[in-house]
Amino acid sequence: MRQIWKKKAARYTLLLSSVLGAVLLLTGCHGSRQGLEVFTIPEAFDASVQHEITFWAKNDTNKTQTTIYEQAIADFQELYPNIRVNLRLYTDYGKIYNDVITNISTDTTPNVCITYPDHIATYLTGTNLVVPLDELFQHEKYGLGGSEILFDAPVVEEIIPQFLEECSFEGHYYAVPYMRSTEACYINKTYVEALGYSLPEVLTWDFVWEVAEAATAKDAEENYIVNGQKVMIPFIYKSTDNMMIQMLRQMNADYSTPEGEILLFHDTTESLLRTIAEHVKSGAFSTFKVSSYPANFLNAGQCIFAVDSTAGATWMGTNAPLLDISADQLVEFETEVMTIPQFDPKHPQMISQGPSVCIFNKKDSQEVLASWLFVQYLLSDKVQIAYSKTEGYVPVTSKAQSTAEYQAYLSDCGKDNTEHYNVKIKAAKLLLYNTDHTFVTPVFNGSASLRDAAGMLIEHTVKSVRRGQEIDEAYFDTLYNDITSRYRLDQIGENGTSVAYGKSDPGPLPQTAILLLTALGGTWILILIYASSRILRRKRKKTAKKSS
Amino acid sequence: MKKMTALFLSLALVFGCAGCGSNDGQASGSSDSSSASTESSDASNASTESSAESTAETPDSTSEASEAGEDVKSEGVMTYEEYAAAALDTEVVVEAYVQAKQSWWEKDGQGCCTVYAQDKDGGYFLYEMACSEEDYAKLVPGTKIKVTGYKAEWSGEVEIMDGTFEIVEGSYIAEAEDVTALLGQDDLINYQNRFVSFKGMTVEAAKDPEGNVVKDESGNEAAFLYNWDGSGQDGDDLYFNVSVNGATYSFVVESYLCDNTTDVYAAVKGLKVGDKIDMEGFLYWYNGVNPHITSVKAAN
Repeated sequence: MRQIWKKKAARYTLLLSSVLGAVLLLTGCHGSRQGLEVFTIPEAFDASVQHEITFWAKNDTNKTQTTIYEQAIADFQELYPNIRVNLRLYTDYGKIYNDVITNISTDTTPNVCITYPDHIATYLTGTNLVVPLDELFQHEKYGLGGSEILFDAPVVEEIIPQFLEECSFEGHYYAVPYMRSTEACYINKTYVEALGYSLPEVLTWDFVWEVAEAATAKDAEENYIVNGQKVMIPFIYKSTDNMMIQMLRQMNADYSTPEGEILLFHDTTESLLRTIAEHVKSGAFSTFKVSSYPANFLNAGQCIFAVDSTAGATWMGTNAPLLDISADQLVEFETEVMTIPQFDPKHPQMISQGPSVCIFNKKDSQEVLASWLFVQYLLSDKVQIAYSKTEGYVPVTSKAQSTAEYQAYLSDCGKDNTEHYNVKIKAAKLLLYNTDHTFVTPVFNGSASLRDAAGMLIEHTVKSVRRGQEIDEAYFDTLYNDITSRYRLDQIGENGTSVAYGKSDPGPLPQTAILLLTALGGTWILILIYASSRILRRKRKKTAKKSS
Repeated sequence: MKKMTALFLSLALVFGCAGCGSNDGQASGSSDSSSASTESSDASNASTESSAESTAETPDSTSEASEAGEDVKSEGVMTYEEYAAAALDTEVVVEAYVQAKQSWWEKDGQGCCTVYAQDKDGGYFLYEMACSEEDYAKLVPGTKIKVTGYKAEWSGEVEIMDGTFEIVEGSYIAEAEDVTALLGQDDLINYQNRFVSFKGMTVEAAKDPEGNVVKDESGNEAAFLYNWDGSGQDGDDLYFNVSVNGATYSFVVESYLCDNTTDVYAAVKGLKVGDKIDMEGFLYWYNGVNPHITSVKAAN
């Protein structure tokens, strides 16, 4: 009996091991993320049950903004006492993105999250992870401005169409815009004129480069003539991702297809980088990553053209409400706010950016509905107007933009250096007047990596020039290869590979994987030896029988 | 024979399970990458704790660890003097001893960490140095490393960027040097990035960007802010003001160096305006002196 059991056990072990091994090998490496059921809108919102939702919000390291979030939550909770909103503050979109990715695997994503559409494209690789909002928009009771909404919410037609479209991809709306900004060029007009130039109606790249070069002139004591200081970086760009993307767009040059084909590396890109390299060499241009915040240099009289977000306007200029340098470093000058430099001034083009809000799906559809109600509240006039006033943001609804309160705010431009700081309101107006000239880049799984890569082309070139490297054809070949490899651009779109998920270098095989493969190989060899020996034995037996 | 086969297949099963769940396994595909992020996050937390612990141990361990002898540099390695004299944007090669590290993270697909290092002559700030998660664990205080990178300056902070490193033989933990008397003086910058101490400073009220005194929830003058303007929350950097000889300075507990589980984070949250304190930390610079504080104690 014992002997039989042993034989059976060996066979069962063999079988069980094989089956389990196969199952685990097929499924085990795919993590614990499991798809959620498709969200369906409940018949009615259950006000008798307490709901707790988390909201991951981004602010610009701005106390007023965090106060507005807190106030919005308090006001919302008063309307919906059975919904509690827990706020988690971030100051960086990238950090939110990383934390969301981390929390997807543990099924602990927030309910509501400030985000960029590029990032949502990555989140969408999870099954039903992000709630599509199309049906919610139109729902009679709980839709935008629906009959059961307890506050004055905008209807879908009142969301600025360009901004709303930015949240649409793969045929669905996966977010709503929360605030919108673009980039602006903050200019020390005093120095421009001191150099003998007048600002054109529309700023051009040629003009900026020419003035920037003129500003690099020094006296015999190595002081810059324009400011009498030892430091002058005439042109500083904060976001080099945006710089490359906008330059390419303005030149009608390729970047990517909507489907995710990477078209970044071509002659126009090289030509732009060569121009940038030339101006780095002369000391006319640098970037935030290499030097520091454009605002700090601008305010110290050490920069003439500072390109940054309109959401950074409160840091720009002699009278800026927010300052990062000491008062003794501050220089008196007139600040002008203009659109970013253009290649074709008759057809200006600039990026549309700013926070959007998405909702993560949960098992409890009531919880998702509670999240949606809160998202709608973020679009209400009170929140929209209050938040937009904190920086050079604009409200995302025509409803908020057309209120008497907001119009009065715009009219009072320059009335004081706090709420009505002229640079800030000019920055907001710049976007209001140019909304039709804004664009966004295609969103696909991997578009966040492509954006990073575009900026890194400039950053690498700037550093290389400063370090005395030769910028020639071979340089660009190496640069393109390095960037392609670093951001895995050659894998975007391949077999559904999630590039953004897989930003990390896969590195060498883990030791355990090597052992696994070795063991599997060894097992197969043993099986083959065993099978061969049995065949040989049978043959020998047959031969022996025949001969006997 | 069958037993052997069963044994091998079972082993394969065990390795299969272990391989997929291994902590040191790197992402090899799309699905795995998300778990890689989780791992790095966990590692960050752990490392922050270890940094804080090691910092706390510093005073006791100083004498025993100061066994670097002459601190002889290898061939081709700059002395601190040569490093200080090197022009910005030039390649530098230095040897220094890790004093503390900020949390590990992955930037553009590459692991990196920021390290406060020092030799017997000066301090080095190794900004976002390329570093695998495995090597990061080896960068305990005292570890000697050879770093190759580029000298750079960012808002007054002189640092080595785009650096790579290798661990070499040697150990040294710097003793905090009292620079209280140098606050407000030009000479202070000569101590940039070094482990320093400040003695007998007085905690001043935190102020908002408009210069108004901030009150805490109890209505008392707040002694610290989350982020520079109070826009953060628990877990973010802690900013606090301290004065000596009539001048007030802004110090910070950098959350990537000492997170909200560390003693120093708790100590700063417990400060009251008017407290007299002694502090230790690294002499970081951001448009002026902005020390990254690692220890706060009641003044002796």
